[in-house]
Amino acid sequence: MAETHQDSGAAGGDFDLSQFYQIFFEEAGENLDLMEQMLLNLNLETADDEELNGIFRCAHSVKGGAATFGFSDVAELTHQMESLLDRLRRHELQPNAAMVDVLLESADASRSLLARHQAGDEGEAMPTADLVRRIAALASGATLEPKAPAPAAAPAPAPAVAAPAPAPATASGQRSLQITVGPLERLEQADAIPELFRDIPGLGTIRALDSPRKGVRAFAVETASTDDDLLDLFTFHVARGQIDIQAMPAAAPEKDPGYGFFDAPAAAPAAAAPLAPAPRPAEPAAGFGFFDGAPGAPAAAASTAAAEPAPAPAAAKAAPRPAAAPVAQPEAATIRVAISKVDQLINLVGELVITQAMLAQNSRALDPAVYQQLLSGLADLDRNTRDLQESVMSIRMIPMSIVFSRFPRMLRDLASKLGKKVDFVTQGEATELDKGLVEKITDPLTHLVRNSCDHGIEMPAERLAAGKSETGTITLSASHQGGSIVIEVRDDGKGLSRTKILNKARERGLDVSDQMTDAEVWQLIFAPGFSTAEVVTDVSGRGVGMDVVKRNIAALNGTVEIDSSEGYGMKVSVRLPLTLAIMDGMSVGVGEEVYILPLSSVVESFQVKAEAVSTVGQGSQLVKVRDEYMPVIELEKVFQVPRFDFEKSSDIMVVVEADGSRVVLLVDELLGQQQVVVKNLESNYRKVPNVSGATILGDGKVALILDTGALVRRSRH
Amino acid sequence: MGMMEKLDDMTTGGAREYLTFRLDQEEYGIDILKVQEIRGYEPPTRVANAPGFIKGVVNLRGTIVPIVDMRLKFNCSKADYNSFTVVIILNLRNRIVGIVVDSVSDVMELPPDALKAAPEIDSVIDSAAVLGLGSLGDRMLILLDIERLMSAPDMGLVGPAD
Repeated sequence: MAETHQDSGAAGGDFDLSQFYQIFFEEAGENLDLMEQMLLNLNLETADDEELNGIFRCAHSVKGGAATFGFSDVAELTHQMESLLDRLRRHELQPNAAMVDVLLESADASRSLLARHQAGDEGEAMPTADLVRRIAALASGATLEPKAPAPAAAPAPAPAVAAPAPAPATASGQRSLQITVGPLERLEQADAIPELFRDIPGLGTIRALDSPRKGVRAFAVETASTDDDLLDLFTFHVARGQIDIQAMPAAAPEKDPGYGFFDAPAAAPAAAAPLAPAPRPAEPAAGFGFFDGAPGAPAAAASTAAAEPAPAPAAAKAAPRPAAAPVAQPEAATIRVAISKVDQLINLVGELVITQAMLAQNSRALDPAVYQQLLSGLADLDRNTRDLQESVMSIRMIPMSIVFSRFPRMLRDLASKLGKKVDFVTQGEATELDKGLVEKITDPLTHLVRNSCDHGIEMPAERLAAGKSETGTITLSASHQGGSIVIEVRDDGKGLSRTKILNKARERGLDVSDQMTDAEVWQLIFAPGFSTAEVVTDVSGRGVGMDVVKRNIAALNGTVEIDSSEGYGMKVSVRLPLTLAIMDGMSVGVGEEVYILPLSSVVESFQVKAEAVSTVGQGSQLVKVRDEYMPVIELEKVFQVPRFDFEKSSDIMVVVEADGSRVVLLVDELLGQQQVVVKNLESNYRKVPNVSGATILGDGKVALILDTGALVRRSRH
Repeated sequence: MGMMEKLDDMTTGGAREYLTFRLDQEEYGIDILKVQEIRGYEPPTRVANAPGFIKGVVNLRGTIVPIVDMRLKFNCSKADYNSFTVVIILNLRNRIVGIVVDSVSDVMELPPDALKAAPEIDSVIDSAAVLGLGSLGDRMLILLDIERLMSAPDMGLVGPAD
């Protein structure tokens, strides 16, 4: 048994490590979400420093964490994003839509990579080389902007000062570069550069070339890094101004004396002032940016530009470049707590409430005159436990904005894919919902919003023809109504077509008639495999969907309603209980035992006489309720309830509805309605047929909650 | 795993502490570190379609815990429920289970040399779940691998799916 303990000790160690991972994954996810939001809100023309810095910080945090935990693929990708964002926030580049797109895609890729790591590195890693290359291209792209191609410099005897062409990128993101360093007084400094390539894995390969001139070293480099990064690295050893990076000429690269090398005469004067630090702002210049300003420099200066940059270009470049002052981060107003701790708290408070109820019951017999203090103390306890329970339950509640925030991005992509114009409006983001529910409602809502965008909103031309504005609107709103939350997805699109749905239903052999009310017709679209879309797109239209949406929502004890007006739009309302942890239940007695029925599935209840029940084939029992025969399920038999009092028998019928069918449950008595805290039976025991969970009654006893869906299915077989 | 290896496992750690309890005339011992608490018996809520020795589930401070009557499981001649009937709440890896026993006797430390391998005998207890026999003077202690015993499929505590 000694081993057992060692095992548990080792398991503890693993757990700790994975806990750190978990925190990183959560934080990285939040950072990526935040970055996405900021990118979407970014106004390309007037992007201010704060926004750009914020986006940069997000990428930077993810990169730092990924590198710490050894997720090199994520680190590499986010590093590229960071490089691009860094140039943006330094205003060396002007943000454009292509950048936002590639950054959003990279955020998605990072998420998928992280998800893979989180799942234990299973499955294929998403390839990122293309993204990395695209980001790098955009990051270096600035120098490609038409900045007047240095007419003065071009004829100068130093071809190096010409604005360099972008390094040809190979498929893998590797680029062949020719790097010239010098002229230097101490050539050893340049010799340190190859060491960098040896020391930094993944940087690339370097090969020394013949020195074209005295005091100058040339290297051929294969790398995936941006010029900016290379310069940053090299400046550990050599002043930036003495480094020239050129794309490797396609043919006979090393031997071409006319490309990228200084003529010996030009080098001579330059050697006089070799190492003097350039009088330019200290911040790292952009890739080739050093020479960007060359047009402004006198031609004479061009020959020495490699060694001593003229102040003019530097000044020209010193455009508004506010220092990247750290913006004060908002003080963290939240703490991160494991959900299991909150659940434990909820359990304990539940116990407290039961104890309090017991005390209240026992104290009722006491004489108020004698025990006045005790009784007033108990009254306080009553109030305080109630408040405490409410506050504890509210810990699990999170605002709907968490769900809503994912839709703008999705709609943006979807609308542009479909060529539609859509405005997205959200209302009631602050409405709170249980965390467990929030996670489960996201997918059904996503489906509904996609449906609205794909099927509901028309193409801009169609909208104009119908006399509507070109841009459609999808509204997502949430509000509390009684003990439920109502989430609505509205669009002002073409709405549902009654005739189309009825035709489609007939085609599929469903039992329909023209007399059906609108509401009944709309419910048809929840039938499995039902789609009225004329074209099946990859967005929707395959007919898998609405039935799944309805089933998922029903699994959460919720309902879906549709309201539509052809030509004007459609509204889908999802009604959910506020929390999964608490359910409205109806307690019923069978023999000595108590069972809980979910109130949402109870239709009605009534007393029956034995003769109202008829049998079919000596087995199944049926009862006629208002012209409808329904199967009868005797809970006593299903749960093998022992009978001690043979005078009593089950003569109360409860009609329950689940999965669209109704059955009648036969019970002894109805005990009442109450809110119950739903507990999992399987955490310590196993799945019990026809039971969905358990709860604790006011007297501390456990009662089982019936799975009405399973009971209904049971009656079908 | 052979009997001697099993004993080896047990004895390498030096003396260990066991909680001992009685079922009818027999005395059993289980690793004290698996025991979470000991409480009085309260009638549990019956669960349909469970084997007879699973008495049902109780509320343990908000957690639903199944209760197994070891006396029924081990075919003891009688299983009364009175004020002395005790439930030992076990914490096994990630499950909490309560077992009903006649009484809890003692917590005792057994030196390795007090442990003897159990001979192969025919009994209702799976021999793999018997770690060995402990001798204390004229008392014989049956040491159970309670974790193994409780996770065995015939206990019906875990569903076929998991």
